[in-house]
Amino acid sequence: MKNVLRLNSIGAMAVRILFAAVAAFPIVFMLVSSLKPDQQIFGDMSSVAAFLPIGNISLDNYTAVFDRVPAARFLINSVGVSAVTVVLGIFVNSLCAFALSRMQVRGKRVVFTAILATLIVPFQTLALPLVWWVNQLPYFELNGFSLEISKGWLDTYQVQIIPFIANAFSIYLYHQYFESIPKELDEAARIDGAGWFKIYRQVVMPLAGPATATVAILTFLPAWNSYLWPLMVVQSEELRPVMIGIQYFFQLNVSWGEVMAYASLITVPVVVLFIAFQRSFINSIASSGVKG
Amino acid sequence: MNKRFTRILATSIAAAALMGSLAACGKGSASATSEGGNEITMWTHNAGNPDELAAIKSVVDSYNKSGAAKAQIKVQAFPQESYNDSVVSAAAAGKLPCIVDIDGPNVPNWAWAKYLTPLKLSVDLSKNLPSTVAKWEGETYAVGYYDVALAMFARASDLKAAGIRAATVEKPWTKEEFQDALTKLKALGKWQYPLDMGTAGTGEWLPYAYSPLLQSFGGDLVNRDGFQTADGALNSDKAVEWAAWFRGLADQGFMAKKSGKDSTQDFLNNKSGIVYTGSWAADKARKALGKDLAVMPSVDLGNGPKIGGASWQWGVTSGCKNSEAAMDYLSYSLKPENIAAVAKATGTIPATDEAAALLPAFAEGGDNRVFMELSRQQAVMRPETPAYPFIATEYGKAVQDILAGADPKTVLDKAVKAIDANIKSNGGYKN
Repeated sequence: MKNVLRLNSIGAMAVRILFAAVAAFPIVFMLVSSLKPDQQIFGDMSSVAAFLPIGNISLDNYTAVFDRVPAARFLINSVGVSAVTVVLGIFVNSLCAFALSRMQVRGKRVVFTAILATLIVPFQTLALPLVWWVNQLPYFELNGFSLEISKGWLDTYQVQIIPFIANAFSIYLYHQYFESIPKELDEAARIDGAGWFKIYRQVVMPLAGPATATVAILTFLPAWNSYLWPLMVVQSEELRPVMIGIQYFFQLNVSWGEVMAYASLITVPVVVLFIAFQRSFINSIASSGVKG
Repeated sequence: MNKRFTRILATSIAAAALMGSLAACGKGSASATSEGGNEITMWTHNAGNPDELAAIKSVVDSYNKSGAAKAQIKVQAFPQESYNDSVVSAAAAGKLPCIVDIDGPNVPNWAWAKYLTPLKLSVDLSKNLPSTVAKWEGETYAVGYYDVALAMFARASDLKAAGIRAATVEKPWTKEEFQDALTKLKALGKWQYPLDMGTAGTGEWLPYAYSPLLQSFGGDLVNRDGFQTADGALNSDKAVEWAAWFRGLADQGFMAKKSGKDSTQDFLNNKSGIVYTGSWAADKARKALGKDLAVMPSVDLGNGPKIGGASWQWGVTSGCKNSEAAMDYLSYSLKPENIAAVAKATGTIPATDEAAALLPAFAEGGDNRVFMELSRQQAVMRPETPAYPFIATEYGKAVQDILAGADPKTVLDKAVKAIDANIKSNGGYKN
């Protein structure tokens, strides 16, 4: 009996290892290929050597990446844009959801439905009108002691952040989560003299940790992967995010080693983030049923 | 939790401050498209191509430093793959710069869309390679420093081993000779597929690479008499013949329905006997194979060998407030030494003989002179109509469907229907 159980557990472990290996193969291939010259990448392609760091291994592709693309600048831009979008997104969307969940306002159901309805409109259909809109917005700039106003947000950081702070899905997630928090807690806080913002800040938000983790992850990933929008609204190299950088490598003669090196570089922050927040990530999936 | 909230706020403020400081660093270019003072902006597609970008910047620097500069030119580089999208978005927002570079076949579309204004240059363009000057409705809208040329690369030793003569510009292979060559190469047993036509390619590669084969058969992408219909051109008997022949190359096991991602590299790794590529790959191939590299023209499929004409070119936008300076810069940039410098950096065919004379590889007897001959003798411009981007997309889809096994006539009829509907819905793309 003991032997059968042991065999079962070995079998289960083998299946898990197999699944883990299948999932890891693309990442291993990317990392390994980033260390090889092009000729060797293609030469190893039909054998297991494609997944092994053997042969002519070097960091030359990484050096070439930094020669071809201002990768450090792109990484800083993406980290900054993603971080600000996440933090402001959590604040704005939770506040909106809190109002819709807790406050007795006429027509709030209509407002909530209208917000949800925006989910069915794909971003691609809004992109061009949005470009026009952001180009009409005023831009304030401090020049010495005078405040200068110009028109148009194109080619700025805020145009990469602000349109993506308010998010219907984040509002929905927070709203559903807030609905599960007993309203008696608010009432108790009100009796203690708390106002709406204090209830939001000290009662509701502290209990909404899993929802916040989910929203953070679901906001971070599209912000990090953002491609179409910055392509349309950012012209200066200094303001470009990492995903635009990948296109720098697709010239007539593509250097696949450099492509892999750059892909590895821009994957690392996401992997680090995932490892750091692995527990919250799994908890958020389990509690919300939403996969990032 | 109070602390946690404070922490979130602090993080938010810190992140916003970081973005603020970064924005300040990038401030100089944040309004780069607004062309203030005596500065005009120039957009180029070669952000990922340091050699070409350096050559372009060198031309710009020499103009800026010349006493005769009518404005200071500022270069902004974009990655090639996404360049057109960036231009279209900027045009929608009314934020186009003064000078842009454009892939040749897109010039009529951009001229029709009023992105471009006709060029008024102080240089004579009559001696340039015809494919480097883009015209539409009788006006010149763009001019390029170079062109590229399609060709077939093989190892001379393989051809010899198979008992095949190497094709030359004067005597290209006929369809029958090509069939015979592929049969003999396959019989050598060295490769799974002796021919690599780059069938994994996407986007503009599909019309650029394969429409010359269609034209060599006697078909075309569109009826060039007025460019109002593709009927009778893209679905003609000759076009259907081309489609069946092209598909036959895969059916006979001569080429893969989907090749590797990098055909040149596969060829250099000896995974194919002949690769259909272009002048841009010549230096790399010659470096690897030396004298064993045989550069051959495209196959004569009935109407003479054909290759696609036109590469990246320069134009001035219609909204440019200092078009005089933009035209002045373009005229300056077309000096032979500038053309030669850019062609050298990119390994492309210089637009003029004067520039070619400055480059040993392209001068008479040079290793790459053959590409100049190919460009002069065989280049066919992709249809000079604003409908071209749509036609190219439809043709690309048709090629992929044909390779996947769809009935050629049905696929080509479908493409014709879509193209004709598009032309009609745009009022015939009249100026």
